[in-house]
Amino acid sequence: MSKVLLKGNEAVALAALKGGCDAFFGYPITPQNEIPEYLSKYMKEQGKVFLQAESEIAAINMVYGASGAGARVMTSSSSPGIALKQEGISYLCGANLPCVIVNVMRGGPGLGGIQPSQADYYQITRGGGNGDYRVISYAPYNIQELYEFVQRAFDVADYYRNPVMIAIDGLLGQMMEPVDTSVEIKKREIPDKETWATTGYNPTNKRRIINSLYLDPQELEKHNQRLIEKYNQIQENEQMYETYFLEDSEVIIVAYGTMARIALSSIATLREKGYRVGLIRPITLWPYPLKAFENLPTSAKYILCAELSAGQMIDDVKIAINGRLPVYFFGRQGGMVPDPEEISAVVKKIMEEK
Amino acid sequence: MEKIVYQKSKGLTDATLSYCPGCTHGIIHKLVAECLEELGVLEKTIGVASVGCSVLSYNFFNCDMQQAAHGRACAVATGIKRTRPDSVVFTYQGDGDLASIGIAETIHAANRGENFTVIFVNNAIYGMTGGQMAPTTLIGQKTTTSPFGRSVVDHGEPIRISEMFATIPRASFIARVSVHNVQNVRNAKKMIKKAFQYQLENKGFSLIEVLSTCPVNWGMTPYDALQWVEKEMINYYPLGVYKDNYENK
Repeated sequence: MSKVLLKGNEAVALAALKGGCDAFFGYPITPQNEIPEYLSKYMKEQGKVFLQAESEIAAINMVYGASGAGARVMTSSSSPGIALKQEGISYLCGANLPCVIVNVMRGGPGLGGIQPSQADYYQITRGGGNGDYRVISYAPYNIQELYEFVQRAFDVADYYRNPVMIAIDGLLGQMMEPVDTSVEIKKREIPDKETWATTGYNPTNKRRIINSLYLDPQELEKHNQRLIEKYNQIQENEQMYETYFLEDSEVIIVAYGTMARIALSSIATLREKGYRVGLIRPITLWPYPLKAFENLPTSAKYILCAELSAGQMIDDVKIAINGRLPVYFFGRQGGMVPDPEEISAVVKKIMEEK
Repeated sequence: MEKIVYQKSKGLTDATLSYCPGCTHGIIHKLVAECLEELGVLEKTIGVASVGCSVLSYNFFNCDMQQAAHGRACAVATGIKRTRPDSVVFTYQGDGDLASIGIAETIHAANRGENFTVIFVNNAIYGMTGGQMAPTTLIGQKTTTSPFGRSVVDHGEPIRISEMFATIPRASFIARVSVHNVQNVRNAKKMIKKAFQYQLENKGFSLIEVLSTCPVNWGMTPYDALQWVEKEMINYYPLGVYKDNYENK
C-alpha cells in the first residue's frame, strides 16, 4: 500500500481518470479550479476530451450531449455555478442520462463568498430544476473517501442512468491528505449503452432518441412513474451512512462532510469527560439514509443536527426522527467553520437543560 | 415501364409533420434529409432538435436524435461531436432558440470552429408560443408582444446572424438562403449540402440561415407569406454566401 499526498480537488481529477471518465466540460469558479486545471493536462495526454465551456450552462449541456452519445462524462463547479446548471440537471434526469457532477460548495446566497459551506443541501437534494426528479449525491468526509466515491459515482450513474453529484465543501476541496490510490472500487455491471445512446444510426437497430418531452399528459405521467420507480429502487438500495458511538449515546449528532469531522473531534473530547455523545454521518444526501434512524438506542434522548448552513439537512433529520425525539440545531454560515469546542458547548447546554 | 421519379427521402420518418399549413419548415426538413441521404451519411448522423416549432423534429429526421434545452443545441452538439468525432452532427434551430436565448452557445461553438452544421430557420417570430416578437422580427412588424409594430427605440434593429457570424474567423461556411420559390429551394439545398460536405472534410463550423414563413402568426395566406419573404425579409436579410474559408484557397 502506497499513499500519495493529494489535495481534495486533485483527488477528484485523479479519481475521474481512474473511473473511466471520457470527457470533461467545465467553467472556472473558485474553490474547484484545480479539478479542470489538472484534467486539462491529463485528459489531453490520455486522448480524452477536455473542454473549457463558455459558461456553466453550456458545460452542463455539453455533458448532456456527450452523455447522450454514450460517453462517461463529468463536470465540476461550485455553488453559484451549480445553480446555473440546474436546468441542465433537470433535463439530464428527464432524459435518463448518466453523468457525474462535482460541487465544491461555497457560501451564498448570490455571489456569497468563496469559503467552505454546506448551504447547497437544498439545491443538491431538492434541486433547483423543474419537475419531479432526483439526483443521487455523495458527501465524502475525507480525501480517501472522496477519491473512492468519485470513481463509484461513474458506475452508479451508468447503472441507474441518472446524474450523480459529489457534494463536498471548499475545505475538502482545498485540504491535503494522504490517499491510498491502489484501492480498487468494486465495479457494477453496466447495461449496454448501445440500446439508447445516440452513437450514430445503426441500421440493425432502431434509431435512438434522447428526449425529455412528452406532450401527451398520459405519456408524461407514465414517464414520471417510470422515473419514480427508479428513484424508489435507488432509495431502497443506495442509502449510505456511518454511525459512531451510538450504542450508549444520549445525544446523537447528525452531520456530514467537513462538519462530521469537526463533530467527531468534539465527540472525542466530550466522551473523555463522560458525555455520552454519538454521530450519524450521512454519506448519501439523497437518498437520505433514513435507515440510520430506524433503530436508535434506547439511551438516545436528543438529536443535534450540525451543518455549515442555517439549517437545511435538519428537514430530513426531522422527517427521519418523525417526532420521536427533540431535534436541535447548530450551524455556522458564510464560510465560517466552527471549532469542535463550539459543538461541545451546544451538546453540554442541551444535556444540562434536562 | 413505370419509373420512380420522386420519392420521400430516407432521411425522413413516416411521422406526420406537426407544422402548420403553408409553413416552410417541411421543405427545409426535406432538404436536410435529402442532403444527408445523398451524402450517404444518414447512418452516422446525430441530429439535435431545439425548442420552438421544430421541437418535435426528432420524430421526423430518420437518424439518431437528441432534444436540447432551449438555446443549448450548439452546446449539446459540441458534447456529441467532441466525443463522437466520426459522426455527422447537425442542429436544427429557430430564431428564438438560436438568435435570442442561445446566441452565446452558438457564437462560442462557431468561435471554437466546432465541426458540425447549424441549420438556422429564421421566420422573424416565435411561432410555437403563438407569435411573439423575436430578435429577428422586422421593424414595424406586428406580433403579439409588439402590437404597435417593432420599434428601433424599444427593441433595437433585428439581428442579422449570418453577417455577425461571418466576422468569426473559425466559422468556415456561412450562408443565407430562402425557400420561397423553386429556384431558391434548389439553391438552399446546394448550400446545405456544401455545409455537410465541409463537415465531412473536417473543415469546421458551418451555419446555413434559411428564411422561412409563418403564415399563421404573420396573419397571411401561405402565398402572401412567400411573397412577404421575397419583398420584405430578403430586403433586410440579403441572401448569399457570407463566409467561405475554403473557396478560392
